[in-house]
Amino acid sequence: MPKWFQPAAIVCAAMFAATPFVIASAPFESTMGLVFKIFFYHMPSAWMFLLGGIVCGVASVRYLFSSDARHDRTAWAAAELTVLFGLLTLVTGPLWARKAWGTWWVWDVRVTASLVSWMIAVAYLLLRRYGGPGSEKLAAGLALFGMANVPFIYISVNYWRTIHPATSVVPTLPVSMGGPLWFCVASFLLLFVLLFKMRVRLEEQRARLDAVYLSLDE
Amino acid sequence: MFIRAVWLILRKDLTVEVRSGEIAYTTLFFAVSCILIFAFALVRDGRAPEDGAAGLLWIAIAFAGTLALGRAFERERQAETLRALLMAPAARPAVYLGKLLGIVALLVGVEAVLVPLVALLFEARAMLAHPVWLAGILAAGTIGFASVGTLFAAMLIRARTRDVLLPVLLYPVIVPVMIAAVRGTAVLLQPEFDAQVAAFWLALLATFDVVFVTLALWTFEPVMTD
Amino acid sequence: MTDFDHVAVDDVSRHFGRRRAVSRVSFTARAGAILGLLGPNRAGKSTLLGMLATLLRPTSGSIRFGSLDPRADGAGLRGRIGILGHDLFLYPELTALENLAFFAGLYRRADAAAVALRALEQAGLADRARDQVTSFSRGMRQRVALERALIHEPRLALLDEPFTGLDDASAAALVRRLGTLREGGTIVILATHDLDLAEGLLDEAVFLRDGRVVTAVSRPERLRATYRDVMRA
Repeated sequence: MPKWFQPAAIVCAAMFAATPFVIASAPFESTMGLVFKIFFYHMPSAWMFLLGGIVCGVASVRYLFSSDARHDRTAWAAAELTVLFGLLTLVTGPLWARKAWGTWWVWDVRVTASLVSWMIAVAYLLLRRYGGPGSEKLAAGLALFGMANVPFIYISVNYWRTIHPATSVVPTLPVSMGGPLWFCVASFLLLFVLLFKMRVRLEEQRARLDAVYLSLDE
Repeated sequence: MFIRAVWLILRKDLTVEVRSGEIAYTTLFFAVSCILIFAFALVRDGRAPEDGAAGLLWIAIAFAGTLALGRAFERERQAETLRALLMAPAARPAVYLGKLLGIVALLVGVEAVLVPLVALLFEARAMLAHPVWLAGILAAGTIGFASVGTLFAAMLIRARTRDVLLPVLLYPVIVPVMIAAVRGTAVLLQPEFDAQVAAFWLALLATFDVVFVTLALWTFEPVMTD
Repeated sequence: MTDFDHVAVDDVSRHFGRRRAVSRVSFTARAGAILGLLGPNRAGKSTLLGMLATLLRPTSGSIRFGSLDPRADGAGLRGRIGILGHDLFLYPELTALENLAFFAGLYRRADAAAVALRALEQAGLADRARDQVTSFSRGMRQRVALERALIHEPRLALLDEPFTGLDDASAAALVRRLGTLREGGTIVILATHDLDLAEGLLDEAVFLRDGRVVTAVSRPERLRATYRDVMRA
């Protein structure tokens, strides 16, 4: 692991340990009170989910047209993080919704579109796991299609939704939430980078091991 | 030359299918069975669920289409003929396009039976009142489904778990197609037909088709080469 | 056509994950000569043929097709390569004539049907032209498949175990056909473990084991004995 990894990991752990205090110091949101605090984990998770998706998509396109294994490793690691942070988002969301609005699920545009995109990411992982040899290129194709699909998912869910009006929409963020929110975003971003680095390194080691096996054969 | 290759492949697929009938008959029968199961499950006291016909039609098309895709490419796998096609000097995307058109033709044939059946069983005869719109939505939706499905099925041809992976990969990606197709068809069932809404869904489907067929043509070669 | 008069395989390797299928193989095949890839199963013959057909890319090393560049004009190069694999690449529901006409069309032969019929005559199967391939015996299918592989008069002919399942008459016909190809200046590369039939046919023999070249012999004689010696080493 590179030199910066361990200190960064310690910093990240410290930041997460600090988050409850930082969040507690934020003012109460007017309508929902204490429950709103979950937002400080929910929003950064959602942003990391989005980041993972974009990284995976871009790396997949580069892999498809260059066949460079590095891009493939990036795409796979990013896909796993997309699934992880997506899961966090999709769990914290309903928890919040239940307390705030009394329902577990709302067919809100963003929520539904996130669910569908998350499922595409899960499909990517299933393909990598069970697709057998040569599934790298296939997965890259899937990721590309998934990425291209996002606007269509949004538009179709949005107009579908207007037939079934939702009970509420995600509220806008009051300005005074700024500080604690950015702190949490920074913590999550650091976590993302650390996990990404670990995961990519695992694949690099695997590739190196394969190369060693191959060279033994010479 | 590209067009000629596409035509040759399409004609070959249609000839093979006409001779053996395997995919057409089994897909059709499966689709009808689906509809029947839906009917048994959902028709209560002899009354069909109000808005259900559109959704059920497209679910049946999606399931039957997945089956047909699997079988169509399984056939190419058997004598490794897909390899022979890729070896030909024709541009490789021509192979994709030829296969796509073949699948669409097959599904349109299945839909020709399914639509009247659904209209009948679910008291949705209103669906047939605007045949041009219906045909448009069926065509655009089928092409959208098949555009992604053909690429994925071709990609998976050498994977061992291809049968289960095809729906796993395909269904999340075609969610917009399903939404647009179902909503578009449902509009036809409303007492007052709203042409504007129907046009919106049709336009969305058409855009999806153009974008994804283009993407598939672009990525077919890199995805299929080792 | 002097731009494509040889195929040079240069230090080519291909691995799948940890498994080395082909390891640092080099040889040159020339026009008007038949080169045999000989070796037991899993020697890498099929993988090598796949790379020669441009279906697979080598993981290291390069294959040069005369002065042609596969990356610049892959389609053009493919149009000059013919391959006969284990799995014959024939559509069972189509007739022999339809199969050949289809591929002739794909390979841009004008008047595909006439070309297909001529090919069937050459294979001695003109009377079965309108029968579906499912009704053919393995030997007959192999003959049709051979015609399919050669229908566009390729410069490079790749044959993977072409003698499998052939009876003596068909095998002799194939040997004659290969001789004709050789005289016509085609580069012929053939993988086989049928040494008796290959005896006297090969101009060059490359012996492979575990993906590596064990030895290469020009104008080989007494193939079976050579094979035994080479493989035991």
